[in-house]
Amino acid sequence: MTIFLQTFVNALALGSLYGLIALGYTLVYGVLRFINFAHSDIFMIGAWISFTFTGWLGWSTGAPAYALPVILVLAMGFCALLAVAIEQIAYKPLRKAPRLNVLITAIGVSLFLQNTGVLKQVFGTQPQRMPSLVNDHVMFTLAGVGVQFVDVLVVLLAGALMLLLQWMVFRTRLGRAMRAVSFDERTASLMGINVNQVISITFGIGSALAAAAGLLYALKYGSLKQSADATWVLLGLKAFVAAVIGGIGNVRGAVAGGVLIGFLEMYGAAYLSPHLKDVYVFVVLIGVLLVKPSGLFGKAVVEKV
Amino acid sequence: MALLEVTDLNVHYGGIHALRGVNFSVAQGEVVTLIGANGAGKTTTLRAISGLIKPSKGTVTFGGKVISGLPAHEIVALGMAHAPEGRGIFANLSVEENLEMGAFLRRDHAAVAQDKEKALALFPRIKERLAQNAGTLSGGEQQMLAIARALLSRPKLLLLDEPSLGLAPQVVALIFKIIRTIAADGTTILLVEQNAFGALKVANTGHVLEVGQLVASGPAAQLATDDKIRKAYLGVH
Repeated sequence: MTIFLQTFVNALALGSLYGLIALGYTLVYGVLRFINFAHSDIFMIGAWISFTFTGWLGWSTGAPAYALPVILVLAMGFCALLAVAIEQIAYKPLRKAPRLNVLITAIGVSLFLQNTGVLKQVFGTQPQRMPSLVNDHVMFTLAGVGVQFVDVLVVLLAGALMLLLQWMVFRTRLGRAMRAVSFDERTASLMGINVNQVISITFGIGSALAAAAGLLYALKYGSLKQSADATWVLLGLKAFVAAVIGGIGNVRGAVAGGVLIGFLEMYGAAYLSPHLKDVYVFVVLIGVLLVKPSGLFGKAVVEKV
Repeated sequence: MALLEVTDLNVHYGGIHALRGVNFSVAQGEVVTLIGANGAGKTTTLRAISGLIKPSKGTVTFGGKVISGLPAHEIVALGMAHAPEGRGIFANLSVEENLEMGAFLRRDHAAVAQDKEKALALFPRIKERLAQNAGTLSGGEQQMLAIARALLSRPKLLLLDEPSLGLAPQVVALIFKIIRTIAADGTTILLVEQNAFGALKVANTGHVLEVGQLVASGPAAQLATDDKIRKAYLGVH
């Protein structure tokens, strides 16, 4: 029972992180019909830039209570601006090019970010430990399972950001413009929507969420591998799988897919075999693609002529 | 001076010369129709006017301002609404969200609410379906929604691209009746149609487009009685 509950806590935290990253894939796919393979690198940069800002602000050995929100805002802002710059420089000139060209460009951007990060002027080759910005003692004990504040933080903050995004997409003018662009760019422009601007903002929002996931990941797991390390890509890839399982382009699906993947991975590791923890996710992906290729929450598009 | 002035409009799609120097104008308060067969360049003309495609040569002037080359969303802001070919309904949005999308750039919320009521009074069938997903509407209802949505931007000029296409005869009659009502209300309209008979009945002026060039122009009533045009476009032998 203890293992079950402990795994539950871990799975929920990891699943929330996957969900946050998956939202970025799904948002960008929604407006551009393109998989941004550089998204996992934005997540990596989110983690590393949080570490860097923490050092610059002198909070490496003890941080004030307001350190967390400050670092969160800085990391989200930095990654949003970086993503908008990448979009303008690398993707926008290819707006009318075949999808494959953009996809290959994204892989190029991904390699560029990973290998720039390794430079000693940037993040360097050494792995680092993220200082804990929050109290990392056990917060409360539930049926023998110690729940740390950071676990609660990950779940609550990720949940709050997801709700905020949900509200933005379905209740605001910008969200309505995003949904219109997602369905039909040309008609959206006839409504007076600046399509390029909406695409840029979407990139920025998705990347800000990835940055938040990066900071939370760094706080929860502590160790930061160098920027070109495969762990980052694997985490990003699993978040991408989460987006696909949930139904790519679907905001609620990305969150549900993320949580599902987190549970699969953690329970698989706890009860079946920890060595295969990356396998379960992909097995389920294959299963979902065979049975319901549009994803669990995806709808097959019906068009009326 | 005319509200819309199209001068020597040329459009190329890759190697295809789709429009070859089209000239016409639309005066304030007028209904002008462009008729012609499939592939004559009617939709291309509208797209070049509303900024969806850039003309390779020629100018479009709207309200005294040269607009050719401006992006579509900036032209909307100047007071032009384009109900596109295929209706352009956002099937992932509700009917009401679709309708309000027409007022995307407007900040005068009270006036928008009034215009919404006015547009819905024209289309009672849309009013019954506001909460529905727009993808569930029938073709005729989608066309009504597209026109109502275009009206919500309170346009000085309304571009309609084949509003009668694919609709049952009764619905076509209804759509033409509504176009007449909108025109009587003072909105200037540029109507593209394959249904030359219906279009010439609601329009003041007509132009006939053939493979990218205007081949005949004149008062709509006069075109409707022209033998050549009756044979070619009205199916009268």
